[in-house]
Amino acid sequence: MDIKKTALNSLHKKYGAKFVPFAGYEMPIQYSEGIIEEHKTTREKAGIFDVSHMGQLFIKGTNLLAEDLEKIFPAELKNIQINQSKYSFLMNEEAGIQDDLIITKVKDGFNIVLNAACKNSDFELLNELLENKYEMNLSDDLSLIAIQGPEASRILEKTIIGVSDLKFMNGNWFNYLNENIYITRSGYTGEDGFEISIKNKEAEAFVIKMINEGAKLIGLGARDTLRLEAGLCLYGHDVDINKSPIEANLKWALSKNRIISGGFIGFEKIKSQIEKGVDKVRVGIKPEGRIIAREKTIIFSKDNKNIGEITSGTFGPSVQGPVAMGYIKNSFSKIDTKVFLEIRGKKYPASISNLPFYKKSYVKGANK
Amino acid sequence: MSEVKFSKEHEWIKLDGDIATIGITQHATEMLGDIVFVELPDKGSSVVKDGKAGVVESTKAASDVYTPVSGEIIKNNQSIVDDPAKINADPENEAWFFKLKIKNKSELDSLMNKDEYEKFSKESGS
Repeated sequence: MDIKKTALNSLHKKYGAKFVPFAGYEMPIQYSEGIIEEHKTTREKAGIFDVSHMGQLFIKGTNLLAEDLEKIFPAELKNIQINQSKYSFLMNEEAGIQDDLIITKVKDGFNIVLNAACKNSDFELLNELLENKYEMNLSDDLSLIAIQGPEASRILEKTIIGVSDLKFMNGNWFNYLNENIYITRSGYTGEDGFEISIKNKEAEAFVIKMINEGAKLIGLGARDTLRLEAGLCLYGHDVDINKSPIEANLKWALSKNRIISGGFIGFEKIKSQIEKGVDKVRVGIKPEGRIIAREKTIIFSKDNKNIGEITSGTFGPSVQGPVAMGYIKNSFSKIDTKVFLEIRGKKYPASISNLPFYKKSYVKGANK
Repeated sequence: MSEVKFSKEHEWIKLDGDIATIGITQHATEMLGDIVFVELPDKGSSVVKDGKAGVVESTKAASDVYTPVSGEIIKNNQSIVDDPAKINADPENEAWFFKLKIKNKSELDSLMNKDEYEKFSKESGS
């Protein structure tokens, strides 16, 4: 199969992108300044991310649709306001996560942002679960651009008047070049930010505008270090079909009402896991010193028993040290529990850590 | 001091008497990206030509470092362990990896000179 390119591909090249294949797309892993600089730019100023490989699914319908979607997702969808977004999961009956996604209620239905690797299978599955009752469109014409960082709001407001009034996990239509574009206040970096759904043909000019206003292009490499510091899961690594939201320590993303009332796929399993507990659970892991624990690193207890596995790990440029996440036997999941990581045949000490590793301190500068 | 030679695994080696200083090339650092961790062979340990002699890690991945010649490690560069960013900043001078007492100088014969290495790294693209 031919590798796909986003509408920003030639712009990426112009800014010195190194490309990697990712979920069938040629995506920039980094630009000329490198991952650490890009990471810092996002934490300190504003970064622009091309996330057009992700699926943008639009389902048209009204109250009946909300009801039908609640039979699938463990989220509150009937009773939320128009333009509100929810982080949720497409699960199987065993509560295994087939995809994690963002659902936004809009006037004429729901917009769902899906992981690139899952988008086509999600579409098929959702169409089947909804019994072909609704008009569904997995867009090919739209790019998705994230702008993230403490200056994202100020920069975007210059082009999109009113955008800085959006509340976190809310969206709205905004005017741009006499067209309506949909923007949500959301992201996956642990920073304040926005995700802009814009026509492919407008995407490059829009991004150039953001660059001229002071934001910089950021690749998938820094996206990974940013989200890991923020304790956010990467699909296919930290969450997948063999892990449930309870095991993934994502119970907060399940609607409080709905985990009582049920009626969604995987409810029985979720209910039993909440009542009886789980064997393994996702935790943050902080290796001592500088040693980096990568995905698939085995976690050992003090008495040398295999108690778990790392699902992602890297060096956190803002934390200035190694950071990792993984699944561990529940009895070892308490914060500060000492564990050992086997790396290249040697065991290195680490401890169970609070997530996120990096927490934003929203200090408003006095001397602006 | 003799000329600098290069290996296909993107290490450089500088010989001074029978003491060789070894590091990784500028080209290698460009491929690796920002280096955030390095592990070096212990002083006193023996390494064998083309065998593993350390690890460098970028934010993305870990890569083995190989030694272009055999010998006994007499010194390793602790300053790059403490501050791996030095490797990206000055890979072919200040950020050397280790020094070893060379066992067999004829092992140098198969290595490339600067022009040959430049041609090699351009052609291989890796």
